[in-house]
Amino acid sequence: MLRIANAAGFLGDWIDAPRRLVERAKVDYLTLEYLAELTLSILARAKEKNPQLGYAEDFLEVLHSLVAPLEQQPQLKIVTNAGGMNPLGCAAAAAKVLGEAGLDQTMIGVVTGDDLLPKIDHLRAAGCTLKNFETGTPLVDRSQVVSANAYLGAQPIAEALADGARIVITGRVADASLTVGPAMHELGGEWDDWDRLARFSVAGHLIECGAQVTGGYSVDWSKYVLADVGYPIAEIEADGSCMITKPTGSGGAVNRRTVVEQLVYEIGDPRHYLTPDVDCDFTTVEVEDLSGDRVRVQGATGLPRPETLKVSLAYRDGFFASGQLLAFGNDGIAKAQAASDILRERLRIAGCEPKHWLMELLGGGDGCPLNHAGKSSCAEVILRITARDPRREVLERFTREFAPLITSGPAGLAGYAAGRPSVRPVYAYWPTLVPRQLVPASVDVRSAKEWLT
Amino acid sequence: MKLRDFASARSGDKGNHANIGVVANDRAGYAHLVQHLTTDVVQQYFQSLGVSRVERFELPKVLALNFLLYDALAGGASRSLRIDTQGKLLGTAILDLELPAP
Repeated sequence: MLRIANAAGFLGDWIDAPRRLVERAKVDYLTLEYLAELTLSILARAKEKNPQLGYAEDFLEVLHSLVAPLEQQPQLKIVTNAGGMNPLGCAAAAAKVLGEAGLDQTMIGVVTGDDLLPKIDHLRAAGCTLKNFETGTPLVDRSQVVSANAYLGAQPIAEALADGARIVITGRVADASLTVGPAMHELGGEWDDWDRLARFSVAGHLIECGAQVTGGYSVDWSKYVLADVGYPIAEIEADGSCMITKPTGSGGAVNRRTVVEQLVYEIGDPRHYLTPDVDCDFTTVEVEDLSGDRVRVQGATGLPRPETLKVSLAYRDGFFASGQLLAFGNDGIAKAQAASDILRERLRIAGCEPKHWLMELLGGGDGCPLNHAGKSSCAEVILRITARDPRREVLERFTREFAPLITSGPAGLAGYAAGRPSVRPVYAYWPTLVPRQLVPASVDVRSAKEWLT
Repeated sequence: MKLRDFASARSGDKGNHANIGVVANDRAGYAHLVQHLTTDVVQQYFQSLGVSRVERFELPKVLALNFLLYDALAGGASRSLRIDTQGKLLGTAILDLELPAP
């Protein structure tokens, strides 16, 4: 039986979760998942500004907090996609943290090959149109592309572990593959045993979002102690079945509801949950609540892996800004509406009306604006205005129009003290596919000391 | 009665589409939802979000339904102007959907 935990579900997740987890539970692998669909475009921009960066810097702080557990627990290994747009840079920075802690003999494996940005012209020459698989539109303006990363699978991770890595750092890999890699390395088996790969992938899918399977994001939130929520552990058997659990004494819960809610989280057709490793069928999964924060998950079946890899591509698509003011009083909704109209009229007069515009009344039901819910009067409401436009200068002007409303708009507005909202670039998401054989992965395993030289 | 009397729910994004996983409390509740929580009912409920179509998938072994709401996110995580760019609130919103009593 293999114990794989996850203690990061996105870049920005609870920074203390990894340390608290390994202090409370002995696990064989700690996975840390940092890359949401658009995180790589943000990291690409960070790398543009500083070529040393472009990885999940949170990981360095986490690694620093894990020094003592790494010294005390020889079985503990780490697999993470913290490498982002710069896995080699991340490895060098991680090596520095380990070196300073006297752990410079630690073997670090790096998986690269997911970054397709330098290869776009090559891919197009090889016949890839890089069309958007949702809209069917072929990619035209290559100059606006800021990042293009293929989702690699579990094989290079398993290879890095076989080569002796204690810490594996990757760029874009499928989230579930962070679990499938160590499972295949430790439990053995064939890369075409599709049912087993599907089961490993289910385990990975269940823990990849951290506390979302242990009571976080749950409708039963009021029943759980979430301040000290335990992050998940999958106890994986050789046949691929697993027990989802969490450290003894931690907060949160693992039960049928938390597990099934996460099974169906962010999926499309459950009969075909595609990863680079396998085509999983989630409708064959069986879940048994054994109580005591232990849920057995088994029975997933799989079909051969897809011949194409998903690519997450992002391109520059203008600019975005958003500002808020509080409108207080029983006529708050009317005042907020009036303030929004005044702001927009002033922009129109200045010739700076943004192309895309949205006014929301938060507190008036606009978080999920359903017509039939209706807007009732309330004691106060937050006016949120958001705009998008190809022209940065239009949005800069937009952000300057909030503060004047305090003295030249309706009475009862507040909340401008946080300062002018910032304008940020928009990176639009463009999902596409490439043939697997055009995306070879590379694995490089060296000691921390060697990564530093 | 409302959906919250029969099930819990959780939502998230798939590009510009949203998914809502609905997990029934028990077998009877699941059968009731299969009959009454149809794609038409869900599309009607979220019509104001600009949903173009709704697809429903059944997971009878775990008593869950998965709904895919196409074009529900006004551009998705990067381009949407909404505060809820990723459709995280849809799972909470759907629990207020009115359903007939069993």
